[in-house]
Amino acid sequence: MATTEMTFREALQKSLYEEMDKNADVFLMGEDIGRYEGTFKVTKGFFPKYGTRRVVDTPITEAGFAGIATGAAMAGLRPVVEFMTMSFSILALDQIINHTAKVHYMTNGVISCPIVFRGPGGAAKQLSAQHSHSMEGWYAHVPGLKVVAPATPLDAYGMLKTAIADDNPVVFYENPGLYTVKGEVPDDQPNLMIPFGKAQILREGKDVSLIGYSRMTQVNLLAAELLAKDGIDVEVVDVRSLLPLDSETIYASVRKTHRAVVVYEDWKFGGFGAEIAARVSEDCFDDLDAPVGRVGGLNVPMPYARVLELECIPDENDVAAAVRKLK
Amino acid sequence: VPKQAEPTYTESSAELEQYYREMLFIRHFEEKCNVAYRQGKAGGYMHVYIGMEALAVGWMNSIRKGHDYVITAYRDHAHALLLGTDPVAVMGEIMGRKVGTAGGKGGSMHIYDPHNGFYGGWGIVGGHVPLGAGLAFASKYREEDRVTLNFLGDGAANQGVVFETLNMSGLYDLPCIFIIENNEFAMGTRLEYHAADSELWKRGLSFGIKSERVDGMDVLSMKKHAQQVVDYVRTEGKPYLIEVMSYRFSGHGAADNDRQLYRTKEEEAEHMKRDPIARLAKVMIERNVANEEKLEAIDEDIQAQVEKIYEAADASPFPDKSEVYDNIYTDMKPEQGH
Repeated sequence: MATTEMTFREALQKSLYEEMDKNADVFLMGEDIGRYEGTFKVTKGFFPKYGTRRVVDTPITEAGFAGIATGAAMAGLRPVVEFMTMSFSILALDQIINHTAKVHYMTNGVISCPIVFRGPGGAAKQLSAQHSHSMEGWYAHVPGLKVVAPATPLDAYGMLKTAIADDNPVVFYENPGLYTVKGEVPDDQPNLMIPFGKAQILREGKDVSLIGYSRMTQVNLLAAELLAKDGIDVEVVDVRSLLPLDSETIYASVRKTHRAVVVYEDWKFGGFGAEIAARVSEDCFDDLDAPVGRVGGLNVPMPYARVLELECIPDENDVAAAVRKLK
Repeated sequence: VPKQAEPTYTESSAELEQYYREMLFIRHFEEKCNVAYRQGKAGGYMHVYIGMEALAVGWMNSIRKGHDYVITAYRDHAHALLLGTDPVAVMGEIMGRKVGTAGGKGGSMHIYDPHNGFYGGWGIVGGHVPLGAGLAFASKYREEDRVTLNFLGDGAANQGVVFETLNMSGLYDLPCIFIIENNEFAMGTRLEYHAADSELWKRGLSFGIKSERVDGMDVLSMKKHAQQVVDYVRTEGKPYLIEVMSYRFSGHGAADNDRQLYRTKEEEAEHMKRDPIARLAKVMIERNVANEEKLEAIDEDIQAQVEKIYEAADASPFPDKSEVYDNIYTDMKPEQGH
């Protein structure tokens, strides 16, 4: 299988190009995605190729365009909506939660809503309190949505294809810190679909399971390197898909290592990692040699100064410290 | 003073009788809904259209049913019935039964029938308005000649998302007709207390949308205006905003049991003189299309129909408990259990 090394961002672009060429019902919508090429440049090059019909620049009105895209999806189109940052999707919560996510159920299956909401979520660099939200746990709380958060270029490529092909609303979460991460992506598999609801083991180990998703999976891989120097053999579980969640792969890892630490960038209090920790505690109690550990973002609005910002976001040292604390 | 269309006598007898039957059917159907609510056979929130029938009848007779898109808020029974949705399924949904349009999952506020062009049936004031523009976006994207009727109330006209939608509809030239059903009350708050400028029709002007205010209590005038607007939007492929002056004779919803908190009995009595059904009856008699006996026979016929609909809906079972997880997703179920 021929592959090419590319960044997470390039993998998203490749995926979008292929899906737009495959299906004329797929179109892009969002703020500054066309003429301006996207704030994080994921849609660079799309406007000249597809024009105003399929690359729709919107006013800065998130609720309005989330709703218009939802209506278009109800009529059978396949919108891929970009939020400039997931923080701005807060303005569209009523549309996404009260309309998009519920229409299939409220119509008892008569109307479906094949739409993707994608964009950077979590901290970028010094964007401070209003632009650094981790929203994935909010969305994963909502029946009717699917929520995925890939950690590698390959998954970004293959899972975006799955998201666009899905007949249900999908929140596709991209941590901005991942856009420059590199990895191999297949050249000639335009029909690759990486299924939702399947976690993966990115590093095998026998002593402790580090469970995370999105950029925290990359942090967990770094932490595993650090801990290896201490002779601690870490297994890294990449959750990939929050809703549906593949509990079985997580449990299988915990049953092997008997120790688990869940890592997430979102505020630690009430975040999605707490859900994972709770179910591991409930369902793997007899297999655990220590209470399930959690490493989360500090419970503060994201500060601006880089030194403070870095203090808030879990890094490999925080993760390694949490592992060492387990007994 | 709302604009009135010039009097016209171009309608055929059959047309007049059709409008009369349609309005009367909605009236009696919803009176029966009220009975169902009082008997405890309907629950939750339920909002009837009584007094406003001319509005929906005028519009639904101006579109290509099943081809054009229609969307509205929670006062939605009339729209569905006029588009051809099985009335037993509408009544069944209101009663939370298996036979309902959504198998009992939606209720009165969430009637849907996309096969007949009806996209609901939405409960958040103003929240469905961008969805309607999205339907219009899809028809434009596909170069179809559908128009979308996007009904909203006077209360919804204040929601931020409605302004956002008007802007984008003007910007993208969406073939969408925003119909503000102005019944003068946002729940229990009178127009003058909820809108800084009570001429809601002006709200389209800022977005380059052709806008006007018309009367909606006379079905013939409503139909004439509606047809002009629908034809314009279909031909020009541009949005349109129309504020239709109306009045609901009943409360906001079934749970609104003291209308005197926000309006007097005298005011209601005055407005009931504009009852669109009585008004059309008068026209039919004047034009010798019908006499009192015929109108009475029509009334009896419709009441009998409604009885049968009610009985058929009431005979339908409630949904099975096992259905609770069905149709949250097209291809999977959520985790089960408490």
